[in-house]
Amino acid sequence: MENNQCCHKFIVENLDVCYGEFKALKDVNLKIKARAITSIIGPSGCGKSTFLRVFNRLNELIPNVRTSGKILKDDQPLCDMDIVDLRKSVGMIFQRPNPFPKTIFDNVAYGPRAHGLKTLDKLAEIVERSLRQAALWDEVKDTLNKSALALSGGQQQRLCIARALAVEPDVLLMDEPASALDPIATLKIESLIQTLKEEFTIIIVTHNMQQAARASDYTAFFNMDDDLAGVLVEYGETSKVFTFPEQKLTEDYISGRFG
Amino acid sequence: MAVEVESIIAQAKTRSSLKRQKISQTFGFILVWFCGLIAVAAVFWIIGYVLSQGLRVIDLEFLTTRPAGGVSGEGGMSTTIVTTLYLVILTIAIATPLGVGAAIYLVEYARDASRESKVVAFLVRAAQMGVEILAGVPSIIFGLFGFALFVLYLKFGFSLLSASLSGAALVLPTIIRTSEEALLTVPRAYREGSLSLGATKWYTIFNVVLPNAMPGIVTGIVLSVGRIIAETAIFWVTLGGSYHLPKTVMNSGRSMALHVYMLASETRAFDKAMGTASILIIIIILLNLSINILSRRLTARMNGKK
Repeated sequence: MENNQCCHKFIVENLDVCYGEFKALKDVNLKIKARAITSIIGPSGCGKSTFLRVFNRLNELIPNVRTSGKILKDDQPLCDMDIVDLRKSVGMIFQRPNPFPKTIFDNVAYGPRAHGLKTLDKLAEIVERSLRQAALWDEVKDTLNKSALALSGGQQQRLCIARALAVEPDVLLMDEPASALDPIATLKIESLIQTLKEEFTIIIVTHNMQQAARASDYTAFFNMDDDLAGVLVEYGETSKVFTFPEQKLTEDYISGRFG
Repeated sequence: MAVEVESIIAQAKTRSSLKRQKISQTFGFILVWFCGLIAVAAVFWIIGYVLSQGLRVIDLEFLTTRPAGGVSGEGGMSTTIVTTLYLVILTIAIATPLGVGAAIYLVEYARDASRESKVVAFLVRAAQMGVEILAGVPSIIFGLFGFALFVLYLKFGFSLLSASLSGAALVLPTIIRTSEEALLTVPRAYREGSLSLGATKWYTIFNVVLPNAMPGIVTGIVLSVGRIIAETAIFWVTLGGSYHLPKTVMNSGRSMALHVYMLASETRAFDKAMGTASILIIIIILLNLSINILSRRLTARMNGKK
């Protein structure tokens, strides 16, 4: 990969993450390209989700977690950033759709409201823009005041994407966003991710090899080492990783020999 | 051959054990039904007895005149209804913010803090044990405590203030524990969803966690209301027993339960005690029905079936 600093959204150097005594991630080094989709693959328990949660410092919710190493976002150390600013700029989509038990409107308006926006016109504008971006507007524009929990699973997940977009992030973290959805809803989410890539840097954790192969630009393969700590085995352009993997381990994994 | 015989024997065995299981199941079923029937019958008998004795004396005059005092127990119960209402409102107004606040601290903050430091962990554990123990302390102990602290030491006298402070101490454990449980049932995904949008912990608690815990918290509050309406001993030693309507929080008064007790123990008007008791029971029943309806509504709204 080219060493062009300006194109990298995140630079991770010597990252270690520990839960108490247990090392979840060991010495991870990689650079995440801006406005591209980077997928993170690997067997269960290899620290994929932990790695994803490094970028919005959500790991800090868990007591006894220690994160060490250098993580830069736009050349700025993550640990020096204000946590509110950081999380505003790095949105997250979770494995199971988790809309709040509020109306569709209130769900999308939640973030802006949390940051102090009160004017209803502005909020309505943001809600419409975000729902359009998340390809959900046409389906819900007449039912904005209905509970979000009445939506289908796929719609709920797109609502969560809209909710994240409403605070105008530049990065979207996705933790297996389609694993709880049916194939059609999955396709919709995937095509949505493709359009979002024009504006956002997307990091997506996935269990689904085909999804990673067809939908992402870069792929990082994590695996456990002998101490069960997660390590980065291989990282590169998706086409390369999937067709000419440099490591035997990667080849075994993507061809379905383990994991 | 041998194998066939064995399988036949095995079949017969399972058949007979199945039969035995069926019999013991029927027996158990009858037993459970019987227990349930006795419990329900006891409740209906008590309520029926009180109502049949009490409803006779209830009329508009009984409800709207104040007790006249004296050994004959003349007069109605009007002031006791209003005093009970005052007492409930004041007690809940004191206990709810304290109780819910304590629950928020214990669930949202203490857990993390106690992992960081052993001293905090010990204090939190002590607080939680304190709440558990307080929940089991007889109400008269709270009464004596209130009498010593509020009535005598702080010189509030027998008054609404003394009574509702003592009453708040009595229901605090209930409110803390029900609120704690309600907060714990709020899915972690909601908290993470809110925090990942850059909302602060405080904002998350007030806008996502508390609204979701509301059905449970409301249940705790309504249970406490019932407790305050029903308690007698604690208010006997803190509220006094004046049958006048309290004009300020520093005045003495008489709640309905206290009125029942005083009529039954100090006057000849046993029928009026039953009448007051009937009103008390009716209010408690209505209160319980309203909890059911309210919590079902709240839960339905949470789940999007508005």
